[in-house]
Formats: sequence, C-alpha cells, structure tokens
Amino acid sequence: MSSAAQTSQETSQDLLLALAGITKRFGPLIANDAIDLMVHKGEIVALLGENGAGKTTLMNILFGHYVADEGTVTVATRDGNLEQLEPGAPQAALDAGIGMVHQHFTLAENLTGLDNIVLGTEPIFRLRRDRTKARAKLAELMAGSGLNVDLDQPVHKLTVGEKQRVEILKALYRDARLLVLDEPTAVLTPQEADSLFAVLRKLAQNGLAVIIIAHKLAEVLAVSHRIAVLRGGKKVGEMLTSDADHRSIAELMVGREVPVSRRVAREPGKPVITLSDVTIDRGDSRRSLHGVSITAHEGEILGIAGVSGNGQAALAQLIAGLDKPDQGSVEFFGEKVVKFDAHQFAQNGIARIPEDRHHDGMVGSMTVAENIAIEDVRNAGYQKFGFLDFDAIRKRAEHAITDYDVRCPGPDAPARLLSGGNIQKLILARVLEKSPKLILANQPSRGLDVGAQSEVHRRLLEARQNGAAVILISEDLDELLTISDQIAVIHAGHITPAMTTDTIDRSELGLMMAGQKKTHHASTNAHSGETA
Amino acid sequence: MIRFEPRPNPGPVLTYGVPVIAAAIAILLAAIPLALADAPIIKAYGLMISGAFGSVFSISEMLTRATPLILTGLAAAIAFRAKLWNIGAEGQLYMGAMAAVAVGAGVIDGPSWIMIPVVMIAGAIAGALMLIGPTLMKTRLGVDEVVTTLLLNFIVLLFVQMMLEGALKDPMSMGWPQSEPIIDSAVFPPLIERMRVHFGLVIALVSAIALAVFVKRTVWGFEIRAVGENAAAAKFAGISVTKTMILVAALSGGLAGLAGVAEVAGTRGYLATDLSPGYGYAGIVVAMLARLSPVGVIASALFVASVFVGADSMSRAIGVSSYLADLIVAMALLCVLIGGFLTRFTVHFDRNTAG
Repeated sequence: MSSAAQTSQETSQDLLLALAGITKRFGPLIANDAIDLMVHKGEIVALLGENGAGKTTLMNILFGHYVADEGTVTVATRDGNLEQLEPGAPQAALDAGIGMVHQHFTLAENLTGLDNIVLGTEPIFRLRRDRTKARAKLAELMAGSGLNVDLDQPVHKLTVGEKQRVEILKALYRDARLLVLDEPTAVLTPQEADSLFAVLRKLAQNGLAVIIIAHKLAEVLAVSHRIAVLRGGKKVGEMLTSDADHRSIAELMVGREVPVSRRVAREPGKPVITLSDVTIDRGDSRRSLHGVSITAHEGEILGIAGVSGNGQAALAQLIAGLDKPDQGSVEFFGEKVVKFDAHQFAQNGIARIPEDRHHDGMVGSMTVAENIAIEDVRNAGYQKFGFLDFDAIRKRAEHAITDYDVRCPGPDAPARLLSGGNIQKLILARVLEKSPKLILANQPSRGLDVGAQSEVHRRLLEARQNGAAVILISEDLDELLTISDQIAVIHAGHITPAMTTDTIDRSELGLMMAGQKKTHHASTNAHSGETA
Repeated sequence: MIRFEPRPNPGPVLTYGVPVIAAAIAILLAAIPLALADAPIIKAYGLMISGAFGSVFSISEMLTRATPLILTGLAAAIAFRAKLWNIGAEGQLYMGAMAAVAVGAGVIDGPSWIMIPVVMIAGAIAGALMLIGPTLMKTRLGVDEVVTTLLLNFIVLLFVQMMLEGALKDPMSMGWPQSEPIIDSAVFPPLIERMRVHFGLVIALVSAIALAVFVKRTVWGFEIRAVGENAAAAKFAGISVTKTMILVAALSGGLAGLAGVAEVAGTRGYLATDLSPGYGYAGIVVAMLARLSPVGVIASALFVASVFVGADSMSRAIGVSSYLADLIVAMALLCVLIGGFLTRFTVHFDRNTAG
C-alpha cells in the first residue's frame, strides 16, 4: 500500500481526470455542492458516501447524463493535454475513455461474452463477422489483467463474478482509461471480491485509473489508494488510504459517531422454530430446499450465510408463511405447523422483514400510516365493523415515526417518498413493535448506508436481548460475523449444521459458500479481513 | 433530445385540474372535424349545448344516458383499481338485464318495495357471477382476464339472442326478438313527471358515494387498494390476493349488472339485443376520465352523456354524422391520458448535443 501512496503523489502530468467545483441542484436540493476530485493514472480512488450523499449524481455528471450547474470536468487526452469535457454528452465521455461497470449488469443474457463485448462497436451492415481482431485484442487484455473468462459461453451460463469480468472487459475493449465501478462487490463472495481486487491492482499498475463507488469500508481500505468521502452533497474528506482507519471514515460518512453493534453474551432459551428435513422442490435452485434441518432458539441470532440464489428465497418464503414444505415438518414452539399462511404467521408473532423492501415491503401509493398497519388492519384495535379506525392507525404511525426515527413528511405521506433506509425503518416499526417471538430478517441491511445498517443491527440485537429468535439471511459476512450467535451456510438448497460464530474462520466460510465441504482446509490469502 | 423526469408529488390542482382541462381541449378540438364537414362551427357548439342542457327534457335525456354510464364506469373503476382488467362490463350488463327480466316479468309478483330490490339483487348477482368465473381462472390458472372477459361479451350477447328467440320470447311481440315486459311494480319510477330520467339515477349516485367510502374507509377497501397497487407486498403482509380479487369481481360485475337492470327497469321495460349501445365499453372510458375515482365517475359520466346527447341533437339539426360524439369522447380520453402523463412527468427539452 505504500507504493500506492507514492503513485498518487506523483506529478500532475499523470493527472487523468479533474472535477472542479461541480455543483448540481434539483430544485431546492443541492445534490452536489462544489465538489473537487482528481484522479491520476494508475490510481484507485474510492468514492465513499451514504445513500443520497451525491455519489451517483457526481458520476452521472461525469458521464454526461446530467449537466452540472457549475463546475467543469477536465480529462487528459491520450497525448496528455488537458481538455474540458463537453457537458451533457455521454458520447464525449465514452470517446474520452471513461468506462462504467454498473451494479446491475447491462449484458444480454442469451448472447456470448464476446458478442456482448463487441456489441455496438461493429458496423451494423456487414457481409460476415470477422472477429479475429477482436479476439486478439481481448486475449491481450486478459493476459495483461488476469481477467480470465470463457467468452464463447452465453452470458446466462456465467457466474456473477464472471459476468462482472465481461463487463470490465467490455469497458477495456473500448479503450477505457478510467473505469468507474458502482458497488462492485455487492454480489460477490469474499473470494470473488479478492480476485476482483487483484485484477484491479494489476490494471492500475498498467496505468488504468479506477473509481470505486462503495459503502463497504473494509473492502475499500483493502484495494484503494485514496479515499474521498461525500456527505450531503459535499466532499467532507479526502485522504490516503494508508492514513485512514475504519472508524474515522465511518464517522466522516455519517457525520456523527457510529455506534458499534456488539452482542452481549446470552444463554439461548428453548427452541422457537425447528425445521426438520424440509424439502421444497420448485424446479430451480433459487426456490428449492433439500433436506434442511435448522433450529433457532430464544435469544439467539442464527445467521444463514450464502451467495444469493442458493435457496435463501425458498427458506424465507417458508418462514414467512408464503410457501409450505413438500416433505419434512416445521415446528413452532414444539407444535407442528399445519397451516402455512402469511397472515396467521404474522399474528402468531413472526416478524418478517422481506428481502426486497420496495417490492414486497410496502405499497408505495398508500400512506406511511397505512403501510405500518398493513399486517394488522383486520385486528380489533384498528377497525370497527369493517370500518378502519384511522385515529388508531395514525396514533400507531406517530409512535413508530418517533420511536424508529422514520424520516418522512408525516404519517399521511405516500410511502414511496421514503428513502431505502427509511422504508426499512418503517418495516422494522411494523413488525418489531409487536414484540415478536421469531424474526425473519432477509438481507435486512442490504443497500443501506452505515447509519441505517447499524440501526437495523441494534434493533435485531435488542429483540434478541428480549428473547426473540432471529433468523438472519445475509450475504454480508461482516454483518453475519458481527451479530450472529450461530452461522449456518446455505448452498444449492442445502444448509450446513450451525456453527458457533466465535469458532468460524472467515475464509473457510467463504469456501463453504462456494460449495466446498468444511473438511477442505484451504488457506487463501485473506486480504479483505485483516486490513479493516 | 427530450427527457422526462418524474414529478415526485403532483399537487391536487394538477391531479383534479388536468381531466377538466383535457375534456375542454377535446371539445375545442371537435371544431376540426366540424370544419371539415363544412358545418357552421359556432352554431354547432350552441346546438350541442342546448341539446344537452337546453331544456328540462334535454337534461332529463342527458341524465338518463348518464345513469348506466355511472354504473359501468364504477364497475371499471373498482376493477381497474385492483388491476383486474374487466373488459366484460357489456356482457355483465346483459346478464344483469336478463336476470331482471327472468324474475321481474311475472314469475313472482309483489309490491314495488319488494319487486325493485328483487330485480336489482338478481341482476347484480348475475353480473357478479359473470366476472367471478374469469377472475378465478386468472388467480388459479393465470388465464388473462382481458381475453376471457372480452370474449364473454360476444358469448353473452349470442346467449341473450338465443333466449329471446326461445324461453324468454314475448308471445305478444309479433315476432320481434324481445322479452316479456317486466311487471309494473318492478319498473323504476321516473324522477320527474312524464320524463325518462328514473330512479336508477339515484341508485347510481348512491352506489358511487358508497363505493368511494368503501374503498377509502373499510378494511376491504384497504385490501383492494393494497392488492391493486402492489400485489406482492399485500401478499407478503398476509392479505389474500385471491379473496380480494373475488370481492372486486363481485363488486365490479354486480355494478355492471345493475346497469343492465336500470336499463330494463328504468328506460326500456323489456330486454332486447339493442338494449345497450356499448355502455359496458364506454364505462371504461368514463372510469379512465375519472382517474378511477368513484366520485369522479359521476362527473365524467355526466360529461360523456352530455357529449353524446348534445352531439346527437346537433347532428340531427345540421346533418353532421353523430359519430362526432364518439370522436369527442375518444379525444377526451387521449387528452386525459396525455394530461395524466404530463402530471406525472416534467418534460425537458435539452439543447442539441453532438452525437
């Protein structure tokens, strides 16, 4: 990392991109407030900030999707002269060698990797396809960067990590000199993330400049040379990674001290939910479980680790009461569950936090108050003879808004106006207020910023302290290792026996998530763990 | 380059003003076909207005026309709220009318305060059943209700034709395919002496208000709104999507059936295959103009009815085709759709950029 620091301190001749005084207003909202940012050749810059800090707006200005109200974007041309980039012209940004890898990939699934990469660079009218040149160029790129992927496979057959490689190759093939990656590790296993970082370091050594947009601190500390922190549209800090530490960056991002979530030792109580040999076969592996047996106890957080699409959805559907097992049984406090019904489950004290909070968690056009009461409107307290008791609904919402700090214009505002973090708080308020006995938390902090994440963790730990059993399905190992008492790994619909968190080795967990058996003791150079 | 940016929260002025402005623009646009037909434009507008509002008679005609439109408009509005695309109000209307004739043409007899509710309930149940079938096929089997409800319209019409040639045929009709008239005690009384506007209008208005209250203030209305706006979230929260859809189907089909009852018991007195000039389909337009608001349906049904009645009377007076009315209603719908789009998005014209 010391060599990295030197790179960024080299002379301004290596300057590749300079954003100067970028300001962008949307009505009264100042999304970007006089932001300066410089990126040099061969440098990896991490752009950190909570949701809504202005990262995306800044990148949209860089790519010409938005025109800045003030400020300039300057890019070094290939022969080294600094030239101002035409504002509002995406083509100009592409021509200047700026490439982007989006969080959600932009690949045609039924075409091969090669097709996807050359798509748009070939003339439309041609007699035959000659791709020898393209192949040669790509072979050279792959050799130089370690970005190895089978380009003749249709994209839908590739793993997520491989798809990301295709995306990066796509940008490099178009002679990108600056690569912007938006949350690149969100979908990767720890091993895949490590290999991505190795690739990025190699590319940087070859002179590529990289901007990583991120909110996971550990990773950023592992790979970047320099860190810029945005908060509320302003750049609030910039430092060399070698000078930075985890806590100080988190506080810069959030603007206040971030409470560290810690488990207080607690003896688990009696079993709350027991799955015995549950099999759900729905054809594809995302929605199937095979012979799963797990138990969650009172006062215990049971973490379910796994790469997305390995049967988490099936497990969550089952515990949420939206699906029933084909074989095997589910016991709730020792009683066999016969009726799998979402309403019944919620009323029996199962708090359900959905994976996709926008899609399954709220009705956007209904009010905040209605969304908070949605599970309980049929209950006596909220209706009389079928007519809604708006006073009771509103009273509960007002309580929830204060207690859970839901930032919204008021209980009667449509829920779609809320940000992701506040929607999650709304859902927490809906389900936790009723002192549940079991909490199903499916990716509860995904996409949330540091502040909201720690709030979610605090709430889950608080419920655990009060004796609730928590099943925490997550792809975020940091989260699992911080707050779970026990961790089980899900892979291809199978779930391993739960292991006590304190005895688990991080890299071993990564290998189990990739489907390798626990006995296989491989020592990877765990780069991501230590630096944080 | 033109860009559209979503408006985060359109205010009430935009939400309620746009349909009114759109309707006004549509009426103004009628000047173009009028001019093409060489009609005196100002005079034509005057005739349209007097045709719809000029006298007690014309207002009565307009309200008579609005009555079934309010009911079919409500049928479409409540179904579309729940994203149940009921295109079959026309068929449900005929089934409702047929049920009204079946019980109201002499099979049972009684005073008005029994007979009128009886024909209404019979018609509503018949209409509801017509939609519950396709709805179950949608929720259980995933069959597209647009196709099933639309095609059922033709099946129902042929069925009605068959019944009018057979079991329901009036032996006194001298060969005309029409049913026996319903008995006097089942006839909806007129609201004004010697005018056609009848008790059905009261039923329609009460239905609209009741439906508005139902949707806004009851548990079932809450669940309908939740399922319509985000079925996945409603299901996750424990609301039964199937049950809610069946409730919506019963309401929507029932209201369309009531429209048929109102036509038979209020205006015509018997059933024939020309009972409805497409009220079921026009109800969709009425609901869209009203932005699916039950109270708004009253206003938009009055608008559509006055355009039809006004244009009818104008065309008779100066010899322009009465299809002009369809044209104005269609343009109003287009204007409302465009207006709705402009309410939800702001348009930006960016200066030209290279490439």
